[in-house]
Amino acid sequence: MNRTLPFLLTFIVGFTIVIATFSPPLDRLAVDTAVFFSIIAVFAMILGGGNLVKINLVKITRRQRDWQFAIVTLVGFFFVLIIGLFKVGNPGGVTGQVDAPGTPFFDVYTYVFVPVGATMYSLLAFFIASASYRAFRAKNREATILLIAASIIMLGATPFGTMLTAWIPDSLDIFEVPNLHFFLMSSPNLAGQRAIMIGIALGVISYSLRVLLGVERSHIGKDGG
Amino acid sequence: MRRSTLIGGSLVVVFFLAAWLIKGAGASGESPYYSAFLITLAAFLTLAVFSFLYADNPVYKFAEHLFVGVSAAYWMVLGFWQTLVPNLIPRISRALSEQLELEYIDELWNVLYVIPVVLGILLLLRLSRKLGWLSRYAVAFIVGTTAGLNFIAYTRSNFMAQISSTFLPLVGDWTSWAAFVDNLSLSATGPLALLMANIVVVLGVVCGLIYFFFSREHSGTFGMASRLGIWILMITFGASFGYTVMGRISLLVGRMTFLLRDWLGIIAS
Repeated sequence: MNRTLPFLLTFIVGFTIVIATFSPPLDRLAVDTAVFFSIIAVFAMILGGGNLVKINLVKITRRQRDWQFAIVTLVGFFFVLIIGLFKVGNPGGVTGQVDAPGTPFFDVYTYVFVPVGATMYSLLAFFIASASYRAFRAKNREATILLIAASIIMLGATPFGTMLTAWIPDSLDIFEVPNLHFFLMSSPNLAGQRAIMIGIALGVISYSLRVLLGVERSHIGKDGG
Repeated sequence: MRRSTLIGGSLVVVFFLAAWLIKGAGASGESPYYSAFLITLAAFLTLAVFSFLYADNPVYKFAEHLFVGVSAAYWMVLGFWQTLVPNLIPRISRALSEQLELEYIDELWNVLYVIPVVLGILLLLRLSRKLGWLSRYAVAFIVGTTAGLNFIAYTRSNFMAQISSTFLPLVGDWTSWAAFVDNLSLSATGPLALLMANIVVVLGVVCGLIYFFFSREHSGTFGMASRLGIWILMITFGASFGYTVMGRISLLVGRMTFLLRDWLGIIAS
């Protein structure tokens, strides 16, 4: 019973959305179900926040390794939560837009969230350089194709690439680096992406059907409460 | 905490405090010290993350842990004000709607909006050891909705639309054989380039799919098509890799510009 009712819920909700696509009178139900989904997703975010607090509190109380940094996480978390939920310093008050420019919440986004996020990603530029060294060694035919494609793509996106083949006459301009870049992106790359997308779609479609028909029930958990 | 860490940390704090005060003294505007503080904070966090290039260190860990806490709360707050409040409040409370200046939606269906609230509360029970099992109803709803939406979306846009876009006329703007032969050149915009591009797309998709078909041995003609599929996929991976490298380097340039222009003022805006 503990697994049957959740499975029925999955079945009914999933097939309501599928059937609503083919049946306009049910369209409203599908729209409402999608809104219900976004509301529950917010509760999932709250659950994530609660879990973060729980884990960090345990870390602090048990004096686990690097427990001092758990305090930093909690201070950052509660600071942003308070200024965001209560719209502290928002010129529009509680009815104002939460991320309006000039509010402390906006400042946290601009001067903490964005710099750290962007720097974390830019840090990957250094690691990707060493990865390139390993990936771009022309060990065999496939690796050579990868190397040539990546080099043309990178060169084609820079002024240096344009300069390199600017001498080629117009009648042979297909061999200019920017044009080769465009060709690679719009033909073989498109074909490869499309093959991958079709493969993924087949996987998602079959997995969705397995879930809706109850063949796959791991998300419901084990019996016994 | 080790003594060297404390001394190093104190030096970092003193350096950035001095940087803040110098920047604040030289700044203009309504609240120069506040804006100088924000820019110095962003610079400190940027350099703290970059310090990982040397080694994992306390300053990096500080920035990393702060980011975890801030981003969790950031998405929670946005979810609350931009999804929960506008979708739920106008349907469950007239008084709250008026207070938040939202238009109350008076419908018979409103009663159904208790369902996501109940399921959301059941989801939160996952934090409880005894009542955690109740959260499976909310998870069942989430999985059911995701499966239903994905089934339709992937069938429509990632499967059917992609296949239909692959059925291309190999020669674009066809008028006659004579016109086609007359215009033959190695120009990037000529009919030959278009013909080649379209042949590569059609063959590439078919061969790429053949490579993913594992129910038959990849030998003979099938194996050759599969090998061509690998080459097409290698170009795709090379292109994705190249684009990722370019994207990361452009982010790095952005951060360097911030440090040198906005913080230190070394380069002109």
